[in-house]
Amino acid sequence: MEFFSLTLAQAKKQLELGNITSVQLTESILSRIAAVEPRVKAFITLDRDGALAQAEAADRQRRAGVAGELCGLPLAVKDVLCTSTMRTTCGSKILENFVPPYDATVIKKLKDAGAIIVGKLAMDEFAMGSTCENCAYNVPENPWKPGYVAGGSSGGSAVAMAADESLASLGSDTGGSIRQPASLCGVVGMKPTYGRVSRYGLVAFASSLDQVGPLTKDVRDCALMMNVISGHDQRDATSVDTPVPDYTAALQDGLKGVRIGVPPEYFSQGLDPEVEQVVRTGIEMLREAGAEIKEVSLPHTEYCVAVYYLIAPAEASSNLARYDGVRYGYRAGDADSLVEMYSKTRSRGFGDEVKRRVLIGTYALSAGYYDAYYKKASRVRTLIRDDFKTVFDQCDLVVSPVTPTPAWMIGEKADDPLALYLSDILTISANLAGIPGLSVPAGFSGSGLPIGMQMQAAHFNEEVLLRAAWNLELRAGIKDRKPELG
Amino acid sequence: MEFETVIGLEIHAQMKTRSKIFCGCSTEFGAPPNTHVCPVCLGMPGVLPVLNRQVVENAIKLALATELTINRENRFARKNYFYPDLPKGYQISQFELPIAEHGRVEIEVDGARRWIGITRAHMEEDAGKLIHAEHEPESYVDLNRAGTPLLEIVSEPDLRSPDEAVAYLKKIHAIVRYLDISDGNMQEGSFRCDANISLRPMGRQEFGIRTELKNMNSFKNVQLALEYEVRRQRDVLLDGGEVVQETLLWNPDKNRTEPMRGKEEAHDYRYFPDPDLPPVFIDEEWIERMRASLPELPDPRRQRFMTAFDLPAYDAGILTASRELADYFETACATYDQPKKLSNWIGTELLREYGPERIGECPVRPESLARLLIMIEEGAISGKIAKTVFAAMLESGTEPDVIVKEKGLVQMSDEGALQALVQEIVAVNPAQAQQFRDGKTKVLGFFVGQLMQKTKGQANPQIANKLFRQALAAGPE
Repeated sequence: MEFFSLTLAQAKKQLELGNITSVQLTESILSRIAAVEPRVKAFITLDRDGALAQAEAADRQRRAGVAGELCGLPLAVKDVLCTSTMRTTCGSKILENFVPPYDATVIKKLKDAGAIIVGKLAMDEFAMGSTCENCAYNVPENPWKPGYVAGGSSGGSAVAMAADESLASLGSDTGGSIRQPASLCGVVGMKPTYGRVSRYGLVAFASSLDQVGPLTKDVRDCALMMNVISGHDQRDATSVDTPVPDYTAALQDGLKGVRIGVPPEYFSQGLDPEVEQVVRTGIEMLREAGAEIKEVSLPHTEYCVAVYYLIAPAEASSNLARYDGVRYGYRAGDADSLVEMYSKTRSRGFGDEVKRRVLIGTYALSAGYYDAYYKKASRVRTLIRDDFKTVFDQCDLVVSPVTPTPAWMIGEKADDPLALYLSDILTISANLAGIPGLSVPAGFSGSGLPIGMQMQAAHFNEEVLLRAAWNLELRAGIKDRKPELG
Repeated sequence: MEFETVIGLEIHAQMKTRSKIFCGCSTEFGAPPNTHVCPVCLGMPGVLPVLNRQVVENAIKLALATELTINRENRFARKNYFYPDLPKGYQISQFELPIAEHGRVEIEVDGARRWIGITRAHMEEDAGKLIHAEHEPESYVDLNRAGTPLLEIVSEPDLRSPDEAVAYLKKIHAIVRYLDISDGNMQEGSFRCDANISLRPMGRQEFGIRTELKNMNSFKNVQLALEYEVRRQRDVLLDGGEVVQETLLWNPDKNRTEPMRGKEEAHDYRYFPDPDLPPVFIDEEWIERMRASLPELPDPRRQRFMTAFDLPAYDAGILTASRELADYFETACATYDQPKKLSNWIGTELLREYGPERIGECPVRPESLARLLIMIEEGAISGKIAKTVFAAMLESGTEPDVIVKEKGLVQMSDEGALQALVQEIVAVNPAQAQQFRDGKTKVLGFFVGQLMQKTKGQANPQIANKLFRQALAAGPE
């Protein structure tokens, strides 16, 4: 077995036993990247020299007996997280050469734990999209099928897991951007509770919805990553000061006493029969593990897409105002006036989807429209939140599909933004409600594309998600299945 | 036609805090450009604001001092617009739920007192500064000021003259200075004001069309700009014209208002609640803690000065114009318990050199001033010499006793020493002596003056008077 195909936990064990060194592990990962990157295109920026230097330092630390939780383990992160040693492009031309003057809090936590950041992963520009086709650099491809989308916006992060290009990765999830690509690529992805993980240094798309989370090869690795990245941060006023449990302790066999809700609203029209089949089979496995299965209702689900596509663009229109060419990033050099400089900079620096959302958001906040759009959407958001409050009085977690269909071909829906927006329907409610959500591989389509199952729980109840996902993983028996990448 | 002036003021007071409102950078004025900055106030991608609670406390203090009602739930909102001095492309301000609403302060103009309504006060961050270098095509951006905390205080359109507007502005200025929540420096821009002004025919209820005045960075400029605008608008209206609603800049060199250059776009700021900042809840306990920390405010202090020190309203008003001056007076009173005499000295000699806001810079300690007045009272020096001594004290900060001793200014009260001089002066001025004896006693002043000349002002005036009366009554020898 090659080192690169180890899980995070396995590699950590091998390092601790002294069977391998971080340099060997990192070299293995780097050669794997070199081998498969032309096919999957997951990375925007790779730091080979930096990674090897960090690996040498990690080996020295381990010999000195001062190894952190993730000492010497090569990881990669979505290019939306600020890194002081690597450019942070957000998949946008406007930040092509932007090297942040600081590390995001989660990056600092990874570094403090001894992890090695080998590179920055591809994403839809400013995390807006669900296929990575909106990336200004490279469009990652699904490792399971050439020419198929990896999902988005954390597509690179999911691909890097499925293709064994790093041991674990971080993504960000505003409306499903971790869970959806995790599902389409057959890996584990968790969007933690809003406030569980610091957003400081996560380049903002929609501040009230964004959350950083791990994408990993299996559920245990997800728990390990959560242990490291969770916690209150004084630099993020929206992060919550709640104790961080040892998430790996949640990985117990059996689900006795766990009540699982199945909302019919998540199994409605437009759901691919194969997806439904895989998810229903998964639910049976959870029942076999001891869980109690019951039907629950989330009546405002049908409004989620409309609410999301007002609130997220509204916040984005404001969050993206800082890319004005004045202080950093791309600036149009051929302007004769300030207004022209702004206009040319933003016209050329941003891609179509970003512009579309900035326009929608600007409109939704404009005088005369604010009450009808932004304000009304905020009120409906409260109703959606209340739906979950009611449901979590009746059950511990809600299970459903992650996406209505498995992965599709690159270019297939690229010209139909509305169809893409509608495909987010199953994931965005977790962001609107601020609750944790997770995608765990549940099966495959007939054509060999992965299908995930979504699990959602009450605020700060990540443990029940990990426990249920762990049980499904044990029973689904697909953990060792890997895409053929030559 | 008679017109009534209607003015409302928007005051921006920079809060006195060590660090900025949403990051840890220093708020110090005058540092080299872009040295008090960090990723947060530079608006770097991914940064988040964290509220400085000191700003909230300052705002609560102002609210308590001006009878504003404090909102228990506070929200910050984003005001969106593009400008190079605004790093994030939006200013974090307050919109729907400001810190406080519906307050008032009392002002006095020409002896008439009136309450002026305050619509609201809200917290916000300041923008940076643009520097336009002459003969250069580029402009420069200095973001040291970006993120310094401001309190915006908006008055009702209750002010009816430029005098009232200035009186209101000075009242708010005195309050923020008393509260020590702003240094109130208008030159450095830490206390700024914009004015909305319109005219309407006497007796009419509806407001006329208003203009907004900016760039008035002193009390004097506020007065001049408003007076100018009253005249300008009246001329327009009397000509049958209509006032154009626009923003005007006061040009202090040309003494007139001018339309802001460049087209002013109708801004839609697209306010919405800032998702990065949770609501701030202000409970009773917090408010009471702030109330307990309030100093005595200008109006109550003025009242107390009138009753406790038996001072006229005019004196009490002057002495309480700033907290520093009022403290100065009270400290001096503790040493020399003659409030009116102290008030006279402070009102003339001291304030001529140091205004109420600059008392802190005065090298003469209040105890030293009191000592000087005691020396007059004890007859050690005359009132006239005292002025000379005081000038020296202002110069060097030296104690009055030392100056009197060093310069040999001690008053001559020894009758024996003065008697010879008195006799000599009477002898060489027989005509004036005769006038005195003829009943023109006013001529005594001439004789005393002669003696003062010969003694360089050191002769004790009471003794001089006595000696001359004796000598002149005695008749020519």
